[in-house]
Amino acid sequence: MYLTILFLPLLGSLISGFGGRWLGCWGSSLYSTSCVLISFFLSLMAFYEVGMCGVCCHITLSTWLESGAFKVNWGFLFDSVTVIMLIVVTSVSSLVHLYSISYMETDPHRPRFMAYLEIFTFFMLVLVTADNLLQMFLGWEGVGLASYLLINFWFTRLPANQSAIKALIVNRIGDFGLTLGILIIFWTFQSIDYSIIFSVAPLFEDFFFSFMGINWHCITLIGLFLFIGAVGKSAQLGLHTWLPDAMEGPTPVSALIHAATMVTAGVFLMIRFSLLLEFSPTILCILLTLGSLTAFFAGMTGIFQNDLKKVIAYSTCSQLGYMIFSCGLSCYEVSLFHLTNHAFFKALLFLSAGSVIHAVNNEQDMRRMGSLVSFLPLTYSLMLIGSLSLAGFPFLTGFYSKDFILELTQISSQKSLNSYYVSFSFWLGNISVFFTSFYSFRLIYLTFLNNSNINRSLVKSIHESSILMVLPLIILAFGSLFFGYLSKDLFIGLGTDFWKGSIFILPTNNFFVEAEWLLVLNKFLPFALTVLGIFLASLINITNVYKYFIFKIYGVTFFFAFLLNKKWFLDILYNRALVVPVLNFGYSTTFKALDRGFIELSGPLGLSIFVSKWSKVVSRLQSGLLTHYVFFIVIGICLLFLVLTYNSLIFNISPNVLLIFLVLTFYV
Amino acid sequence: MINLFNYMNVSIILFLVSILGICLNQRNILVMLMSLEMMFLSVSFNLIFLSTYLDDVVGQIFSLLILTVAASESSIGLAILVIYYRIRNTITVELTNLMKG
Repeated sequence: MYLTILFLPLLGSLISGFGGRWLGCWGSSLYSTSCVLISFFLSLMAFYEVGMCGVCCHITLSTWLESGAFKVNWGFLFDSVTVIMLIVVTSVSSLVHLYSISYMETDPHRPRFMAYLEIFTFFMLVLVTADNLLQMFLGWEGVGLASYLLINFWFTRLPANQSAIKALIVNRIGDFGLTLGILIIFWTFQSIDYSIIFSVAPLFEDFFFSFMGINWHCITLIGLFLFIGAVGKSAQLGLHTWLPDAMEGPTPVSALIHAATMVTAGVFLMIRFSLLLEFSPTILCILLTLGSLTAFFAGMTGIFQNDLKKVIAYSTCSQLGYMIFSCGLSCYEVSLFHLTNHAFFKALLFLSAGSVIHAVNNEQDMRRMGSLVSFLPLTYSLMLIGSLSLAGFPFLTGFYSKDFILELTQISSQKSLNSYYVSFSFWLGNISVFFTSFYSFRLIYLTFLNNSNINRSLVKSIHESSILMVLPLIILAFGSLFFGYLSKDLFIGLGTDFWKGSIFILPTNNFFVEAEWLLVLNKFLPFALTVLGIFLASLINITNVYKYFIFKIYGVTFFFAFLLNKKWFLDILYNRALVVPVLNFGYSTTFKALDRGFIELSGPLGLSIFVSKWSKVVSRLQSGLLTHYVFFIVIGICLLFLVLTYNSLIFNISPNVLLIFLVLTFYV
Repeated sequence: MINLFNYMNVSIILFLVSILGICLNQRNILVMLMSLEMMFLSVSFNLIFLSTYLDDVVGQIFSLLILTVAASESSIGLAILVIYYRIRNTITVELTNLMKG
């Protein structure tokens, strides 16, 4: 049963990909969807067995590589963290499959699309179920590949190609870090099996190794490199630029990959390596800082985006920041809880956005929408549920995880706990709550509630989507309404025994109980900020106060809005400071100056030029004049006698060389 | 009295003069042939001198052989010269540069 979860998507992908012509559009769609659905039900059963009954399952198929101390098995580990991820991946994936049957109805390449979605699901499952780092890396690269294929699905579009390449390359930077991390793990622990690493990790707490005259703390270094991998995959600040651009793919792809599953792989990695990260306070501090900066940055940028999907993409980025910094707070289960909840409401938001885009004839700009509430009441209500859940409205799914993360930052930022540097992330996190609710409701207002900016000819054709598209949305809406409340006790309940060692938290880092005794006033802070965000968004969109602001302090607001709309110019900075110089270096220095310049001149080309040039010079000695020949003969004989005379005195020239010299002399 | 160096010097100077005659001559092939004859002369002179000096008859035999070789060589050379003149109407050395490298 456990391996069937994995191999059904693979089978579905292969058959609907290679047999797409035979199966036809509908056949391949139905086939692949049913494969993922079965795998979803099987993973529910796995969740029951592993999560509820507490039977951790570890399957080893065969040896993959064996060389000395290095041994890698095809092994599959199903523990609590894995089954949660299984549920997330397969549920979102099967709903997205269901959704895209109808969404991609008019697309001529549907079997290919389904095959890509399936292969993505398969690689994601490999990633989460692996029991060693190499197999995990296989899944890691596989989802990168699938993301490339899916962003690039409409391969005739130039922006799609560009963003796919960007996604792949930026991810690859992180993957390089991850590779280094795996290498250091093998160097340190002599194994890349999770079980071995985690069982001996506490013994390596004070393990240093010397490199370039510096003693590096091994676990910190490993954590750093793994975190670089997570930065690439989870779009943390620094390598986040690929995520908003990845919206060039079809909307179900954005929902599946860039909201619910692939980007959570980085967070999953951090959760999986909780046992290692716990022994390095430095790496926890880095996680905390970068995660909260990402949440803040992406939240702020999301405010001034005008593309419907980019707003949601930045909100994904921001929520990933929350997950990472809650890992930095050593609250891995909260992070995983938020990951699960986020998968539900972000998939809901993306798929509803897809529904809206579908309804208004592929228009993505929110400024050209408005008043859609009267045309799409169902989509509006679903999107409102998603947005409220995202904004952390009380008793919706987002509330249970996000507010708890913020409460934990409040606890940790108290000076008595000796980790008051957390107050940095406390403030950034809280401000991003405000941003989150602001841009969510800006989206709602601009798309659904404000006056209409839609083309008149388009108005007649706006309609609710078909049942196949609405059904996944409704299921996800139920998930984002109730999932948080229902599973709260399972994930983060006080003293829950659900995790059973799959997550490890040092007792000195554990502030769960304290969070329950926070002042009630403090606990209201995130909610107050949410309400403030909603209120401000309503104020600006309903009244004309926005225009007043613009005219009053035009320069400042304009500059600020422009800066944020252009993503803080980070893309431009990267292009000008990094990408273009590197490309220039590659062309002018390494290609033109080195490869085709120095190496060719000193190698084949230079030698051939030298030989032909000097052979011309030498052959010009043969002038045809008899006197010149006589002269050369005499000179040659003189030289020969000279050499013969001084042979013993100066250098020992062998007779062969002399013979050659003699022959050459007479041939000149 | 027979002075070794005087006789040797005479033959070597004769040889060098003939070499210079070949090298420096830009005009006339006849002069080159004469210089060649002078070379043979100097060599056979040297051989005769050394045969008397060393009291060995082989040098004189060699010089007789060289005499015959030189006679045949000059006859063949003059024959080539005549044929060349018949074709080109000139025997100027400067103009015999038809074969270049």
